Amino acid sequence: MTRAAQEVGRMLVQEVLAGKGAGLELKEWGRRQRREDVDHPLILVGAGTCGISAGADRVLASLRQLCPERGVALVEVGCIGLCSEEPLVDVQVPGLCRLGFRQVRQSHVEALLELAATGRWSSGLPQVLGQFAQEGLRPWPDQPFIHDHAFFAPQCRRVLANCGLVDPDSLEEAVARGAWSAFARLVKQGHPERVVDEVEASGLRGRGGGGFPTGRKWRLARLQPGPRIFICNADEGDPGAFMDRAVIEGDPHRVLEGLAIGALAIEAEEAWIYIRAEYPLAIRRLERAIAQARECGLLGNKILGTRHRLDLHIKKGAGAFVCGEETALIHSIEGKRGMPRPRPPYPVEQGLFGRPTVINNVETLANLPGLFQLGAKAWREQGQGESRGTKVFALSGHVRRTGLVEVAMGVPLRRIVEEIGGGVPGGRSFKAAQIGGPSGGCVPGHLLDVGVDYESLRGVGAMMGSGGLVVMDDSTCMVDVARYFMDFIQRESCGKCIPCREGTRQLKAILDGISRGRRREEGHGALERFQGVMGLERLSRVIQDASLCGLGQSAPSPVLSVLRHFREEVDAHVYQRRCTARVCPDLLLFRIEEELCSGCTACVKACPSGAIVGSRKAPHHIIAEACTGCGSCLSRCPKGAIQVD
Amino acid sequence: MVQACDMDLVDALLARHGACGRQDLIPLLQEIQEAEGFLSRAALRRVAAHLHLPESKVYGVATFYNQFRFQPRGRCAIAVCRGTACHVKGSAAVLAALQRELRIQAGATTRDGLFSLDVVSCIGACGLAPVIAVGDDYHAGVSPTQVPGIVASYRAKLQALGEGVLEPSTSVEEVLA
Repeated sequence: MTRAAQEVGRMLVQEVLAGKGAGLELKEWGRRQRREDVDHPLILVGAGTCGISAGADRVLASLRQLCPERGVALVEVGCIGLCSEEPLVDVQVPGLCRLGFRQVRQSHVEALLELAATGRWSSGLPQVLGQFAQEGLRPWPDQPFIHDHAFFAPQCRRVLANCGLVDPDSLEEAVARGAWSAFARLVKQGHPERVVDEVEASGLRGRGGGGFPTGRKWRLARLQPGPRIFICNADEGDPGAFMDRAVIEGDPHRVLEGLAIGALAIEAEEAWIYIRAEYPLAIRRLERAIAQARECGLLGNKILGTRHRLDLHIKKGAGAFVCGEETALIHSIEGKRGMPRPRPPYPVEQGLFGRPTVINNVETLANLPGLFQLGAKAWREQGQGESRGTKVFALSGHVRRTGLVEVAMGVPLRRIVEEIGGGVPGGRSFKAAQIGGPSGGCVPGHLLDVGVDYESLRGVGAMMGSGGLVVMDDSTCMVDVARYFMDFIQRESCGKCIPCREGTRQLKAILDGISRGRRREEGHGALERFQGVMGLERLSRVIQDASLCGLGQSAPSPVLSVLRHFREEVDAHVYQRRCTARVCPDLLLFRIEEELCSGCTACVKACPSGAIVGSRKAPHHIIAEACTGCGSCLSRCPKGAIQVD
Repeated sequence: MVQACDMDLVDALLARHGACGRQDLIPLLQEIQEAEGFLSRAALRRVAAHLHLPESKVYGVATFYNQFRFQPRGRCAIAVCRGTACHVKGSAAVLAALQRELRIQAGATTRDGLFSLDVVSCIGACGLAPVIAVGDDYHAGVSPTQVPGIVASYRAKLQALGEGVLEPSTSVEEVLA
């Protein structure tokens, strides 16, 4: 974009934010920015981190070369949320609706360009995902609409409304879709306490896991003398969660606007965004968005001509799960080891550099612009009980469709797994849904009708957490899952308090013990194994009661929920020494069916521990004592002679 | 292969920052690691002196965070995602295959200095599990049987390059450009 065009864009943005959106010229500008009308063909590529890892980078590289000579404009957008169908590429031809394609490869580029440039349909096109309905534009004949797609139809997209639709590097596009307008209105009205009232009335609760009412947190901070500090927590450390990354990559201005509203509400003049260093693309997009907002007078000194000011800093986290905890995060920004400290004093009383500090999660903040556009009353309509609004989940694991899902709170979990996710693929059956990451728990099949809200999930021993939702089929061993989480927590425990540091280590050791085979047990190994099992629950309770921070208090949840819902499976490991899902390698017994074995020696070559013996063209045998249960031989055997018991 | 840390570079970096306080410790360490690939003992000493902090404090902070490493990385760094989604889709087997193929444990660097292997808690591309990152390239839906092929292709690339630096087939910067 030229300098002059930038100037014009900035002026128009300011006029829109000044409430002059009714003029004909501005209406036209808005329509163009929203791409309701295009005068030249466009190709839009979903280029979030997820799209890039699926191969969007290669598609983009060829498009970047070919687009200019074909007269087709190229736009990079964020992730629309349907990760399993990536890379996603959309084509928009003047006068026609935007049409999305899925699983696009480099070989499809020519056909896509031809479609964009001439509107001609050719055989080399990838499969259609759907078209975006748009008033005033002709739909493509015989093509499905995206809002009818099974993945999108049951969703209620508020936080994700613009993700995948707007160019995240364009402030103009964001503003044309309503970004920053709520903040502009609020900052000009200049009644911060009313902002807090509105958020309190909406019943918005923290989306980072705890579920603390956002309005109340702000009110508590306002009781403290200034200067206050606002922090946006984008340290998304839960394994299996990626919604904050996707929102920042796809719609950074929504997060920034939310942050600005929050800072306005507590009259903070300094704000920080604490973001994982592992999200380089999100950081770059955020930096660009901040620079744009600053140029337009939305951040910095004298915001939109008022006395309000806000300095914004980005702080890159250095990789510590515990830094998602408020006090640990504060220590990390201060340049110390990210260890929590006892509360009170709470951060709203004494936070960063000893000043009153409010910390809100990315998704909480991304809810604010929509909340103020709709008004608290209308915003509250979605949701159930004490959980209002929508929640974004990162759906992954053994489901047909994976990706980002936003639903009204209280929706049955079954709908997310079966309708949106499309159920378990490959003819296998559903076993559990792990919700809430290392602090959450597993929901078994018979409880799948539980609503996804703070209270109901807690009732079944799970937790909303930050919104990771991993579906597991019957090939998953629940003891292995519990062991996996304990391994994670034990590594990530900061080591400050003993219940968490030593307790999680012991929990891990007990779980290791019950999935360790007899042949690797020495001395009193068997006795210790039983001793551990007897104390598993008691130890878990001690960790819950005595740990310093939320990480430790919720650390045993994955184990407790497995004990609660999958007791038989744990018992099979303990008493029968069997892993019913055939996952724990030590508990598997491999043997070769003599009648089937042709003596090809493929398994001998595959075996890393030399446990298979036999001469060529004669049936082979596995020496049980030497077998490590790695399963390497299983896939190599051409005759299917290797059996697992 | 022991790689020394370029102290001039560290000094220049510190000089550029001028006077700073405790809160700049982590950003400084991040910048040094970005430039050098790892944090050497000498570099930590310089940082401590620059910030007027005891070396023990600096070392304490550096060892607390997963991001910092104290040995040089291989010319091609491999990161295996061990997020939940990747775990249930078999990332443990992928990691085992990589360890077998490279003959190193996670966290180590191969003797020829070509590869280093790391475990990361979550790359954030859970929908495409299991994911590994080789240099700046992401590989989605990796199975243990693909591992030898992937390693071989990068080894060939590195050997063809000689002493050169591996250019990612695409980088974040390039995509953004």
